[in-house]
Amino acid sequence: MEWTDEGLVLSSRPHGENAAVVTLLTAAHGRHAGMVHGGQGRAARSLLQPGNHVEAQWRARLTDQLGSYTLDLAEAQAALWLDAPEILALIASACAVTEASLPERQPMPGVYAGLATLLGLRDPSLWAPVYVKWEISLLHALGYGLDLSQCASGGGGDDLAYISPRTGRAVSREAGAPYHDKLFILPSFLLGSGTWTDEDIAQGLEITAHFLSRHVFINPHSRLLIPRDGDLPLARQRLRAFYQKNAGH
Amino acid sequence: MLSPLDHLARQLARLPGIGPRSARRMVLHMLKKREGVMYPLIDSMTRAAEQVKECTTCGNLGGSDPCELCTDRTRDPTLLCVVESVADLWAMERARVFRGRYHVLGGTLSALDGVRPADLRIDKLLTRANDAGVKEVILALNATVEGQTTAHYLAERLVPIGVSVTRLAHGLPVGGELDHLDDGTLAAALLARRQAG
Repeated sequence: MEWTDEGLVLSSRPHGENAAVVTLLTAAHGRHAGMVHGGQGRAARSLLQPGNHVEAQWRARLTDQLGSYTLDLAEAQAALWLDAPEILALIASACAVTEASLPERQPMPGVYAGLATLLGLRDPSLWAPVYVKWEISLLHALGYGLDLSQCASGGGGDDLAYISPRTGRAVSREAGAPYHDKLFILPSFLLGSGTWTDEDIAQGLEITAHFLSRHVFINPHSRLLIPRDGDLPLARQRLRAFYQKNAGH
Repeated sequence: MLSPLDHLARQLARLPGIGPRSARRMVLHMLKKREGVMYPLIDSMTRAAEQVKECTTCGNLGGSDPCELCTDRTRDPTLLCVVESVADLWAMERARVFRGRYHVLGGTLSALDGVRPADLRIDKLLTRANDAGVKEVILALNATVEGQTTAHYLAERLVPIGVSVTRLAHGLPVGGELDHLDDGTLAAALLARRQAG
């Protein structure tokens, strides 16, 4: 068995003395792990940083074996942001959430394209809103999409101001006013407005954290990344704390 | 039941960098030179196991607590260099370019391995930065996502104390040729460029 694909490095775990088991999100083969011989070496360590874009060649005798990767760096995303704490937190969180939420070896071209777009952003100011939208697209790809097109309690798509934590559907300002304390406030950047504040980002992260905890991480694939049912990965928890602090919560 | 010879070979093969064949070669060599190699080695290992301890101030390994580096009066107590592990401390000492004090963190924040701030010696670092007349804390952590995430976290905690927080530069290694550098290092070097002349 052999294939070649492009991928994004999600994680690298030491294996034995020199090798590493690397998990990639590939364009056509989904989340896929493989052994990288010499993966703990000096040259390989910069290649295997989370978020890096690589060209991958995977080989195994049988399809269900772990197999081994030969990787070439296509773009070093992580190295560009070593001085930017916010972006490092977003990269770490995106990779941890992807690794913990996606099933193995199931092609998810939409999630891959979204993550590649996020990691390829060069304007630091766009990272946070695009990240929140990427998590919403991830929820959608996993079958738990939010419906922000129209009000859940009848009416059209005008003046949407809330999201129901139970159904994930938008609610208009008028219909939601009596339940203000029970609904999530819908940040306007999720409806297409071109502006946002740290408060909006924190609110967006709260919304996606709620639905990820409730639907995706309730039955986690990885016990290592998620200590308890419903918990978010540690990197995602740190990201949430980061924006809550910035928003003055 | 393993013979003493096999048992020793198996124990040695558990060490990093040593496979079963190397372990057997080492066993044969030691048995051939018992007086010159094996007994001195046994003696050194016993003494190291009994006497080497972790310094409760900086986390270094040494024969005393506090360690030789913490008690060395010729070192500048206003400079504190934070490193991930004792191996990194030794690397800094080999270079002979730093004459301040050290703080061994004991790892980096890692989502993958579940390492949280409470698992590292961060509280001790904050206490030292607060109490000991420290003016500058140098974050000598690895240029990896985890290393730099930890560095940013530490900077966030240290700045309110009022100490100057710096980190090691990222970029071209001495003797490095552009043609042979990986893209990540080259990108970091370009971003950290400085005025020439």
